[in-house]
Amino acid sequence: MLKIQNLCKNFGTRVAVDNLILEIRTGEIFGLLGPNGAGKTTLVRMLTLLAKVTSGTAIIDGHDILTDADSVKELIGVVPQNLNLDYDLTGWENLQLQARMHHITDHKECDGRIADILAFVELTDRAQDICRTYSGGMKRRLMIGMALVHKPKILFLDEPTVGLDPQVRRKMWDLIRSMNANGMTVLLTTHYIEEAEQLCDRVGIMELGKLIALETPSGLLEKVGKFVVEWMKNENSNSRVFATREEAMAFAAELEENATIRAANLEDVFIELTGRKVNE
Amino acid sequence: MNKMFFYDVYTVYWRDWIVFTRTYKKFLLSRMVTPLLYILAFGIGLGRNISVDGGSYLSFIIPGMIAMNSMNISFNSVASPLNMSRLYYHTLETYIISPISTWAFVLGKVFSGILRGVISTGIIWVIAYALGVKVYVGGWFIPVLILNCGVFSALGVAAAMAMPTHEDMGNFSTYVLVPMSFLCGTFFKADGFPPFIKYFLNLLPLTPASSALRALAQHQLLHWSWIAIMGIYLALFLYASYYLIAKKREE
Repeated sequence: MLKIQNLCKNFGTRVAVDNLILEIRTGEIFGLLGPNGAGKTTLVRMLTLLAKVTSGTAIIDGHDILTDADSVKELIGVVPQNLNLDYDLTGWENLQLQARMHHITDHKECDGRIADILAFVELTDRAQDICRTYSGGMKRRLMIGMALVHKPKILFLDEPTVGLDPQVRRKMWDLIRSMNANGMTVLLTTHYIEEAEQLCDRVGIMELGKLIALETPSGLLEKVGKFVVEWMKNENSNSRVFATREEAMAFAAELEENATIRAANLEDVFIELTGRKVNE
Repeated sequence: MNKMFFYDVYTVYWRDWIVFTRTYKKFLLSRMVTPLLYILAFGIGLGRNISVDGGSYLSFIIPGMIAMNSMNISFNSVASPLNMSRLYYHTLETYIISPISTWAFVLGKVFSGILRGVISTGIIWVIAYALGVKVYVGGWFIPVLILNCGVFSALGVAAAMAMPTHEDMGNFSTYVLVPMSFLCGTFFKADGFPPFIKYFLNLLPLTPASSALRALAQHQLLHWSWIAIMGIYLALFLYASYYLIAKKREE
């Protein structure tokens, strides 16, 4: 569905995305994980035609983003990190505006799609309210709805749950899963470890503009280790990852300090690979 | 040209029209305040005993007020929301990633500014009529008014795209629109200025607009040089708007 070929983005002398090569398969949920400044958003902005490519290119469903932008616009749905709703319009009107932008000229078809989307994002009863009055979760759901109006083949979600409380975040995950179940390819960026673990078929870890790991969440854990020993020394927390529980227990037994052993997660993978935490 | 071009222009305009239908009462009331104050202060208060070209001062300033007010309304109704949309609400990005072309976006916004400018002129016309001044709006009056609104709506799009902060938008109005409001033949003729200042003022876009609207309101001849100057400004500002939005697409 998406082939990224040696994509680069420079801002002056600073390299934001560094010669990135990546292929995303049709129908998968792919997660880009990384700390702020890793280049995730810049990558998504290039793929969604919001930022100029410095070099390289990407092919979306056979269409080059550099030479066939008009076709690409019809194939992609975009949910950016920033809220981009038109606060002077109702939920229905925001969707109607999107439909008009994508040349859905048949009124009956347009109204049908909008009604379906509002039901899907559970906003039917608030459709005629000005969206300035929506809660944070409702605004995010409407943004997803707006990205779906023209039935894109691939959906880009840039930090889709940032700032949402855990309950609303889980509702958003359900929404993303059901879109994927309907056949949509999803690329999402996140710095929430749990989000990547729960949602993604494969995860790419980005740091300093480069892709430093690419695997399924369980594959990444296999590579780095499944068990973590954590202990405190001189008021600093320390951790180490081991392949087996036995190895972890043996290591913990040798420590002078009290230690805990737990299952590893993608955060541990990230620390092992980069030496720092995702949200640092 | 894309076969959906005019549909796209209308889509951009449609969004602003929807918002206008929701806010028109506030819009109309707020747009009555400034012209009413100017007319009361300068036309009736200060200008009661002043005669210009054998007519009342009130009859003189109404066309100038129309030029000035349509400039301000057309500019501000486009510039401020678009600047906010670009810098704070990020709604401009939804247009950029949509199939709507840059020219369609620019023209949709300009038509939206023209509509508000023309409506604000209607308000001044009604106020003037209530005060006993009948402004002739036949012939070329409406086309020249639309051209003036188009010039400043296009300037509004360009300024909204060029200004780096919303505060700078305010500064742009202070340094560009406010001087034109007072110096471009709106409240008095520029004849008293030294020749080089007069020459400079004649080249500003509001001067030909107020001269043309005043001439037409008083059944006098229209100088086509006025229209030419306004036309050149319209073309320049439209192109600047196009260029700045296209540049934004290429960031």
